[in-house]
Amino acid sequence: MSVHNPMAHDSARLHVTGAARYVDDIPTPQGCLHLAFALSPVARGRIRAMDLAAMKGAEGVVAVFVAADLPFANDVSPSVHDEPLLATDRVHYMGQPVALVVADSHLSARKAARLLQIEVEAEPPILSIEDALAAESFFEDGPRVWAKGDAKAALGQAKHRLQGEITIGGQEHFYLEGQAALALPQEGGDMVIHSSTQHPTEIQHKVADALGLPMHGVRVECRRMGGGFGGKESQGNALAVACAVAARQTGRACKMRYDRDDDMIITGKRHDFRISYDVGFDDQGQIEAVRFTQITRGGWAQDLTAPVADRAMLHADNAYLLPHAEITSLRLKTNMQSATAFRGFGGPQGVLGIERVMDHIAHDLGLDPALVRRRNYYAAPHKASRAGLANTTPYGMEVRDFLLHEMTDQLLSDCDYAGRRAEIAVRNETSPILKRGIAFCPVKFGISFTLTHLNQAGALVHLYQDGSIMMNHGGTEMGQGLFQKLAQVAASRFGVAVDQVKITATDTAKVPNTSATAASSGSDLNGMAVLAACDAIRTRMAEFLGQGAEVRFANGRVTWGDKDISFAEAVAACYQARVGLSATGFYKTPDLSWDRAAGQGRPFFYFAHGAAVSEVVIDTLTGENRILRADILHDVGASLNPALDRGQVEGGYVQGAGWLTTEELVWDDRGHLRTHAPSTYKIPACSDRPAIFNVALVDGENPEATIYRSKAVGEPPFMLGISAFLALSHAISACGTGYPNLDAPATPERILAAIARVRS
Amino acid sequence: MTQVKLSVNGKEMSAEVEGRTLLVEVLRDKLGLTGTHVGCDTSQCGACTVHVNGRSMKSCSVLALDVAGAEVTTIEGMANPDGSLSVIQAAFKEHHGLQCGFCTPGMVMTAAALLKENPKPSEAEVRAYLEGNICRCTGYHNIVKAILAASGQDVAAIAAE
Repeated sequence: MSVHNPMAHDSARLHVTGAARYVDDIPTPQGCLHLAFALSPVARGRIRAMDLAAMKGAEGVVAVFVAADLPFANDVSPSVHDEPLLATDRVHYMGQPVALVVADSHLSARKAARLLQIEVEAEPPILSIEDALAAESFFEDGPRVWAKGDAKAALGQAKHRLQGEITIGGQEHFYLEGQAALALPQEGGDMVIHSSTQHPTEIQHKVADALGLPMHGVRVECRRMGGGFGGKESQGNALAVACAVAARQTGRACKMRYDRDDDMIITGKRHDFRISYDVGFDDQGQIEAVRFTQITRGGWAQDLTAPVADRAMLHADNAYLLPHAEITSLRLKTNMQSATAFRGFGGPQGVLGIERVMDHIAHDLGLDPALVRRRNYYAAPHKASRAGLANTTPYGMEVRDFLLHEMTDQLLSDCDYAGRRAEIAVRNETSPILKRGIAFCPVKFGISFTLTHLNQAGALVHLYQDGSIMMNHGGTEMGQGLFQKLAQVAASRFGVAVDQVKITATDTAKVPNTSATAASSGSDLNGMAVLAACDAIRTRMAEFLGQGAEVRFANGRVTWGDKDISFAEAVAACYQARVGLSATGFYKTPDLSWDRAAGQGRPFFYFAHGAAVSEVVIDTLTGENRILRADILHDVGASLNPALDRGQVEGGYVQGAGWLTTEELVWDDRGHLRTHAPSTYKIPACSDRPAIFNVALVDGENPEATIYRSKAVGEPPFMLGISAFLALSHAISACGTGYPNLDAPATPERILAAIARVRS
Repeated sequence: MTQVKLSVNGKEMSAEVEGRTLLVEVLRDKLGLTGTHVGCDTSQCGACTVHVNGRSMKSCSVLALDVAGAEVTTIEGMANPDGSLSVIQAAFKEHHGLQCGFCTPGMVMTAAALLKENPKPSEAEVRAYLEGNICRCTGYHNIVKAILAASGQDVAAIAAE
């Protein structure tokens, strides 16, 4: 059976030969036009006038559109219709598209876009958290508060109490393939869109609205993305809609790809947060009560800020049983890029909040932070919780499957955490300049969309007369290997080799009403839908062939009674007998119930777990630092493909560590993002990865009935990178007696400042 | 417009270019060789790496006229003449040295330049050589492993198999 095998990515051969096509590589019809946005030069104000003459007269320009020229909806928002494609009377951030240039080449369009003459009555932008709080600039209606027990009263009775605060920076996705779309006008006003998107159905929806068409008039296709990470969940809407409108108005194919600087200036990033905490605990470091205030800057439009901030609240417990908890969330509206989905979707920020608390408690009591973490864990299945507490999250979900006790034991033992920690303490005593640190971090991450209706998926499977199989589903491929995993599922259902399954581009005409490939749910949802489609066909074949006898599909053969024929022969026989050889499959995640207003219920089908230990060294004169070693143990249930899952774990860790160390977004006081290219925004390079990097997967099965008992893997490993940040904090604490209070990202400047703090 | 002649993957080719036309534009737009990718437009990510007269270069920051007459090799020219994968390509596939694949052509080209200069590099040498090639997906582990394997070195001992 092909599932559970470490097979190569289905496109591996295409990738290493350069034959894999991304949107910008698709051959275009003659006369294809190219698009670029002209951007707002100020962060906030009213547009007084725009002079488009220079743009329109520029070489190669075919048309220029402003908001008033758009034929139908001027809206690219994924949520509350607050995000126009082109600015109307006001601008809300520096970099907001205000005009659309259509020209005969990519270069002509970009050059003309720079010729915009715009007069804006500028207003002071709302940029900082303080600005937004003072202006009461919020999304939704005021703070959202979810609570368990009575945190305030319990804090008053706790033996020990600490308060603190951590600032957590945002993160640019830096998908290697920038945003891109191509629109191809069809007969009768229909439109075909090729988009680098995690959410083809939403592209279809937004394009249909922009063209005044029913959704059936628009077909969206995506074969693959050159990376997504959440950055292509909603941020591709603007390009696809722009291309569609320009194609409708000109009757010609239209293509748009953002230049990297434009991409970073225009599109949203991970939400930055400031999390303050007030925690009460006992002599053992066990938390009695904690109150968090999570403040996040959502940028100028709502986009996905509400569910991102919700998920931060839902991960404020991470792996820990909190007897009393109160989590307050403030979602600020600011004059910056609209912050958006990014791997973890708020979860990592929530997890870092409670991990800071654990670190702070351990420092305060002089205990090993790994020990404090273990003492606060949820109970393992069938074990009693501490003090007889119910094993429930702050949002009332029972934690039934909790693997971190065994995983922690195994990881700490395998990587000799205790021995190395002791050795580091000795070494730091005699090393005045270079200080080492080591830290452990567990991860428990909830799997399912918190907007319950999104937890559905569809698939379409055809068997052709020759026995070859065409598989399609609603998920998108961004490098994670989803298509390969699902081909392995389909091949396993029919008992054939995986190369008999043709993987095809995601296409809204094949599978409708899809959810974004997000929330780590791609293989869970679409895998079950593919399985349902395959089994529907298999059942029909078995009923005809076996006539009541049990029919087996294995090793390329179909067998029943004393019959044994090839799969191709079986398919041909079924075709001759007029057995339907095509089926759709549908799946919806069972047993979810979530009351968002009350903050109570079961928003997640299950939890995925991970554990990491990182060791770092810092130079106390310069703040420079390195990750020396990382050891990871991660839970993927019964992996559909362990090679692909390891790749997700390795890449997730490095991306998570990058978020908290080298990757710093800097806006100036005018709201200009100054880090808008890889020259100033540093994602991890090859030499930044740990020199020693041990990754192991837990050998297990998901107790919930997921696809072949596997678990989601896209987002959870991202949070393993938090261990690198905690190790830096540990190294800094070797410089003095104070608590480092390290903010993220831990750039050399912040490390130096923290060293100064612990010494004073 | 000026005519520029190049030998690309062993074939003589010519294209009309302006003074400002970049090599990557000739390869992608004029010659249809779209395996060479543009990632950052500013010669930092390495997705556009090709070989010019045997040396690796970032084709997004090379003027086509500056390399007139040169022998250019792109990712499309890296497979064996019979269409089978070269040792380096096969190693990237076998050792899962790719995810989204967008950086892969540049990584393969840089790896080939490295192994030509230094047939048995150490792990540290591989990492240093790849400084100009960015990958956002893999965490680099399997890329390094693939290159070491392609150099004929035993990678069984490298963790995270």
